[in-house]
Amino acid sequence: MDPLDRLESQSVYILREAFNQIDRLAMLWSLGKDSNVMVWLAKKAFFGHVPFPVMHIDTGKKFPEMYAFREKYARDWHLSLITDDCPPVEETDASLPPAARSAARKTLGLKNAIAKYGFNGIIAGIRRDEESVRAKERVFSPRGSEGSWDFRQQPPEFWDYFNTNLPAGTHLRVHPLLHWTEIDIWRYIRREQIPIVDLYFARDGKRYRSLGDQDITSPVASTAVTIDEIIAELEGTKTPERAGRAMDRETEDAFERLRAAGYM
Amino acid sequence: MSTETSLRDLLRIVIVGHVDHGKSTMVGRLFHDTGSLPEGKLEAIQAMCERRGMPFEWAFLMDAFQSERDQGITIDTSQIWFKSAQRDYTIIDAPGHREFLKNMITGAANADAAVMLIDAGQGVQQQSRTHAYLLQLLGVRQIVVVVNKMDLAGFAADRFAEIETTYRQYLADIGLQAAHIIPVVARDGDNIVTPSERMTWYRGKTLVEALDGFVSVGDLTSLPLRLPIQDVYKFDDRRILAGRVLSGRLTVGDRLLFSPSNKTARVASIEAWSAPAKTTAVAGESIGITLDEQLFIERGDLASHEDATPIETNVFQGRLFWLPNEPLQPGASYRLRLQTREVPVTVQEIKALYDVEQLTSAPSDIVPHHGIADVVLRSQAMLALDRLEENPKTGRFVLTDGVNLVAGGTISMDGYPNQRQLVTIRSSNLTEVEHTVTHANREQRNGHRGGVLWFTGLSGAGKSTIAMAVERELFRRGFQVYVLDGDNVRRGLNANLGFSPEDRAENIRRIGEVAALFADAGMVVITAFISPYRSDRQRARNAAHGTFHEVYIKADLAACELRDPKGLYRRARQGEIGNFTGVSAPYELPEDPELVVDTQVQSVEACVQQVIAYIERKFRA
Repeated sequence: MDPLDRLESQSVYILREAFNQIDRLAMLWSLGKDSNVMVWLAKKAFFGHVPFPVMHIDTGKKFPEMYAFREKYARDWHLSLITDDCPPVEETDASLPPAARSAARKTLGLKNAIAKYGFNGIIAGIRRDEESVRAKERVFSPRGSEGSWDFRQQPPEFWDYFNTNLPAGTHLRVHPLLHWTEIDIWRYIRREQIPIVDLYFARDGKRYRSLGDQDITSPVASTAVTIDEIIAELEGTKTPERAGRAMDRETEDAFERLRAAGYM
Repeated sequence: MSTETSLRDLLRIVIVGHVDHGKSTMVGRLFHDTGSLPEGKLEAIQAMCERRGMPFEWAFLMDAFQSERDQGITIDTSQIWFKSAQRDYTIIDAPGHREFLKNMITGAANADAAVMLIDAGQGVQQQSRTHAYLLQLLGVRQIVVVVNKMDLAGFAADRFAEIETTYRQYLADIGLQAAHIIPVVARDGDNIVTPSERMTWYRGKTLVEALDGFVSVGDLTSLPLRLPIQDVYKFDDRRILAGRVLSGRLTVGDRLLFSPSNKTARVASIEAWSAPAKTTAVAGESIGITLDEQLFIERGDLASHEDATPIETNVFQGRLFWLPNEPLQPGASYRLRLQTREVPVTVQEIKALYDVEQLTSAPSDIVPHHGIADVVLRSQAMLALDRLEENPKTGRFVLTDGVNLVAGGTISMDGYPNQRQLVTIRSSNLTEVEHTVTHANREQRNGHRGGVLWFTGLSGAGKSTIAMAVERELFRRGFQVYVLDGDNVRRGLNANLGFSPEDRAENIRRIGEVAALFADAGMVVITAFISPYRSDRQRARNAAHGTFHEVYIKADLAACELRDPKGLYRRARQGEIGNFTGVSAPYELPEDPELVVDTQVQSVEACVQQVIAYIERKFRA
């Protein structure tokens, strides 16, 4: 097995555990590269099927290319797609800095959707290498009734025995890509020929390295127009992936506060 | 398949050690000196430190929580990636504070190798030992020891040598060996990537050179096949068994044995989506297979080849670490997880509690918070497992309280038999033939029912003495009666059996079947065997179809050893006899015997009368 096979096998194992152990399960699909890899891995795990709903929590501020992508691949991949809107920014925690408040809309949208559909488990495509608070996550991560993350009291998790039984009123976040890195994702996309939106490729000397909402994501300088070029660029860079994400760095603990409240 | 050249080996390293010995600082320095820090990170850490009015703190690289930075302590484990010239690394930072041991375990259990930090000034401390002991239990075998803060010890070679000697001895005592022991000043980078100019007396490797010498954790393909079934899918017309190959190799056409159900079938295909067709799968792969016949297989079944099967048992001994604040106690029930299998178990006994400081063990009534102990666990259901020495995956287990993991452990069978041979019926095409002489016919002629009086107790408790006296008296009273005695049966029927746990279990299985035949023939049969295992006695009870009476011939070990009628205890104590019940092999007390005959408080005559009275009451027609 090569390193990509090992990553894939671990993710498949996690997805199968989640599907076996959690009833009322859904996968978050943000339409970005990571969540496309995650849908692909689900098709690997379940032999071409995705046996749970795939949910897009829509801020209404995604790029037009992303909505077009969503319609095409929901159809081509035979996904059971759920789309739900997010509440306006006025409903978010007013003490958060502006970009974080914008991001917090997604937390509220997710919370509403979980209540509406009664999901007990949410599969999310976060990775440890993205952000140092995410680096502390568990693969199966219990959430309070409000979706909150009690990061001071995380349960032990070892030898691939995941905590799958949850007390009433709580839900589990499942993170099948936690052990992947950004460059792993691109190498896997290249090997598997997984479709992605064009915004990741350079246009006029710029490309999106990480795709969030239009108003809080900015492109980085790049000339990479193929996946090979993106991989070559990443092998040389020291710029962090989420440099274009405003909410991560507004204040020292902005991201920690977002995540404690239930952000992905 | 991938054609890339840039895919490099990945090694997962956990950083462990006592609190404040400088783990997070060393990780920061390692990143800085290998040029692995992301852009802007140094400045961000600087800003955090300035805001707190403190000198530059490398630990802030991984201590992502505000509360960790404010308290200056690592609470939870974290992971971060870096590259040396040789390969890629995942660094797992584990908290050193005793309170956060569960987080240390969460981090360390995923590692291929460990870096153990020891403060040159403080020397070997409590968590230096506990963490090493846990690494051993968790299965991390590649270790490099770093003696940090050598500047505070004046860069003294003799101080380094002192710690090296002490710690090498400790590691040797628990069965570990450090690949390297390196003097460093993590804060300044001495011997991290570049050799220190302040400790020229040290000629060994730098930390990064030492790490580059480690290998990713071994491929288990050469071990026997173990494939726990994770799920069974029927999304379309295929019935696919899904699971991850833990060890060994599986090829289309192989005959698989599923334990503990002991069903067999051949692999018809290996299924996959958007991948080249294949006929072989090896350790580490998550796969799906179809079988050539429709068997009822479910999650938790363990597939193997027929010639290299896992152990089957419903009781085993394991060494575990206990995580909750509340102690573990005998009699308590938990959920046992063996890979994908989950069953209720009861803690039958705590054999020994370990002191990781002194490396001693002692009997204990409880396993306290963070304790390490040998325990015996029992389930109702039959389990399929391996001893740790045979397989590092199926030789491990965890316990949960129904919500969270509460313990992890390694399996040894110490004194307990593999029950596979006992529960497997080898012949097929068996048809039961009806007798035309009925039980009622036999009862009418004999004037009593048939049945089994199963005496159990320690050697020297008085089983044979009482059995023979009861036989004589019953015979006098006109009973059809016979005693099956241990030593007698071993001269004939069981002459081919020794005293290993497996042979003892087989010995008892045969006695149980023979006794059941005697009882079926209308006789009162008394068996006089130590029969130390509950599972064996339960099997004998099942064989006798409702005519079984367990009689506990009660005398404690001290009393039996004092009597020692055959001189066996003395020889066992001198090591001349191995696997001797009560001395070097377990005796499991009857849980709910039909009759207890206490030979310590009654005379032999009184004991015999007690048994006779019981038989008159239960067996007379």
